[in-house]
Amino acid sequence: MKGPQFRNSETVDFLVVGAGAAGGVMSKELAVAGFSVVVLEQGPYLSEEDFGHDEIKFAIQRKLTNDTKVQPITYRKTEPDVAKPFKAIEYGRQVGGGSVHFTANYWRLHESDFHERSLWGEVQGSSFDDWPIRYGDLEPYYTKAEEELGISGLGGANPFEAPRSKPYPLPPMPAKSSGVLFERATKKMGLHPYPAPVAVLSQPYRGRGACVHCGMCELFGCEMKAKSSTLVSVIPIAEKTGRCEIRPNSYVRKVETDASGRVTGVIYFDAQKKEVLQRAKTVVLCANGVESAKLLLMSQSKLFPQGLANSSGLVGKNLMWDNGTESCGLFEHPLNEFKSVQATRVIHDYYDSDRKRGFYGGGGIDARFDFYPITFALTGLPEDAPTWGLEFKKTVGKYFTRTMTLLAHATSLPRETNSVSLDPTMKDAWGLPAVRITFDWHPDDIANMKWLVEREREILQVAGAQKVWSFPVEPAQPNLMPSRHLLGTCRMGRDPKKSVVDPFGHAHDVPNLFIVDGSNFVTSGRQQPTATIQALAYRAAEEIVRRAKAGEV
Amino acid sequence: MADPHAASLAFLDGAAAADVTAIAAQIVPSDDGPGATEAGAMYFFDRALTTFAADQAADFRAGMAELSKRREQMFPGTASFAALTKDQQQQLLHTVETTDFFTLLKTLTVMAWLGSPEYGGNRKSVGWKYIGFDDAGFFEPPFGYYDAEGK
Repeated sequence: MKGPQFRNSETVDFLVVGAGAAGGVMSKELAVAGFSVVVLEQGPYLSEEDFGHDEIKFAIQRKLTNDTKVQPITYRKTEPDVAKPFKAIEYGRQVGGGSVHFTANYWRLHESDFHERSLWGEVQGSSFDDWPIRYGDLEPYYTKAEEELGISGLGGANPFEAPRSKPYPLPPMPAKSSGVLFERATKKMGLHPYPAPVAVLSQPYRGRGACVHCGMCELFGCEMKAKSSTLVSVIPIAEKTGRCEIRPNSYVRKVETDASGRVTGVIYFDAQKKEVLQRAKTVVLCANGVESAKLLLMSQSKLFPQGLANSSGLVGKNLMWDNGTESCGLFEHPLNEFKSVQATRVIHDYYDSDRKRGFYGGGGIDARFDFYPITFALTGLPEDAPTWGLEFKKTVGKYFTRTMTLLAHATSLPRETNSVSLDPTMKDAWGLPAVRITFDWHPDDIANMKWLVEREREILQVAGAQKVWSFPVEPAQPNLMPSRHLLGTCRMGRDPKKSVVDPFGHAHDVPNLFIVDGSNFVTSGRQQPTATIQALAYRAAEEIVRRAKAGEV
Repeated sequence: MADPHAASLAFLDGAAAADVTAIAAQIVPSDDGPGATEAGAMYFFDRALTTFAADQAADFRAGMAELSKRREQMFPGTASFAALTKDQQQQLLHTVETTDFFTLLKTLTVMAWLGSPEYGGNRKSVGWKYIGFDDAGFFEPPFGYYDAEGK
């Protein structure tokens, strides 16, 4: 909107698919390096004026995420099942992508995450493996992401964190009552609480104002530009170069290739659903762990009968998602958790796997409130609470300000049988195949979640909760909420038979195609993947620039 | 956007509006202070079923018709849900409380009670005031009792 407008007939240097957490970073880096860039984004180009505090619109109708009325999704647990319509996955669908509506937790991976397979050994029934890179390879790019985007936190406060080359650019957010109660309890238990690192400005930063603690981060866009989405941080820089065009309402259906197997551009539907071909010298997919895989699978050709960049057969496989468990506690006095950012304190004491537990897995636990008024009244109360009538009303009235949530962000083991594929029958409103999700939990994932629920309950008891309740770890259904962390479907690696892209997101099979987003993850970490997605994007961008200048794409 | 508080109804006729008001008042009563009635539940229902929840309007009508049938079976000779005694209303609702239709009624009632007032419900923010939610959108620490302690 503020950048240049390229003609479709013009062959731009780079075409980026997706203007989200990864695509925003990628576009900015490529444009600043001097290249012409067109970014195609499925969703609209919104601004802070379009955001608000309307729970019905943003938290219930989920206006900032994919709409299954126009883009249906089907889900099945295992391959023999028939997939049925179900919103199993959710992603941000506007310029800025998920970085607009996310809760803004911004965790780096630990050193162990990158070589956990070597540390732990094989996990039967999974494709658990080491990453082809180590924490040290990514550290400078975590630092760069934190600085460029604006992250608040306290370096060194988490004794389990990997070494940092610089402190966070902004001090942590103030502790809420949930954070204070959680900190007291976990310290009493000998654990190590620390201030949650968040992509929210605790102080004014680079022309943007500080957070005003409105309390509407998760699922909402920030009206104050205090949430450090790519929409308000790096995308404006990309546009200011005069070399980057963000083209919203542009839904890509195919990556085009020529007879030599090189990418020539993409075909997309514009806002009027008219097909447009945009030519580019190099294409970078940053469309997220479901949409990038879907697009590759849709980009079949004679040369690439299994879909583009898929000689390994792994495109769409190894889907990992946001396993999590939640417990709530009721306290004597008001916490007023509806104010300020969701989470202010975290522990990573249970992050690493421990053989004594009898299964692979771990998690980080944060103290927060995961509800707004309507969602709390409808889904937040204990199972034994009255469901309607005067006692229901009184319960909501008593509990709303006095409840906090502990959320454990848990491992999700990679399995080739968990996948993104094209639904054979269901189509979306553009006539494209619906996404079909196949996902069944590894038994260790379930055991881990059940174990973490018990840890949450312990902490809440120690914190002095008058009542503690948990939401079921239910393997028969997808999680309570659709998965928003979409990882693993274009795994990175050095061996083209065992991975889709190299450690910089370069497709093994296609010289001028890159895939850089959550799909590159080899393991899930403990969720909260945005920091790593963006660090990977910074790292890949630097190498893409080098390879492009060296004529290696 | 039309004035959400205009006292006109597009979807519910007078009898249906009275029934909706009575049902919503059973789900979120007014015994201890403003409830769904004061929140303007019928205006919210009317608006929801013609806008964002329009695709559930048919389910709503079918559910209301089914509820009428049950009412006539349980309490022959009664004119409407609204005309039942409070006890009768509760007895009737208990027979449907596990249905999808009741979930729809409860969801819309809670939205009417606690949703943004721009949808025609939660008038004068009565729902938010009752639960202690403040939509000021601008706060400073301390936020609650426990982070205020020791400050």
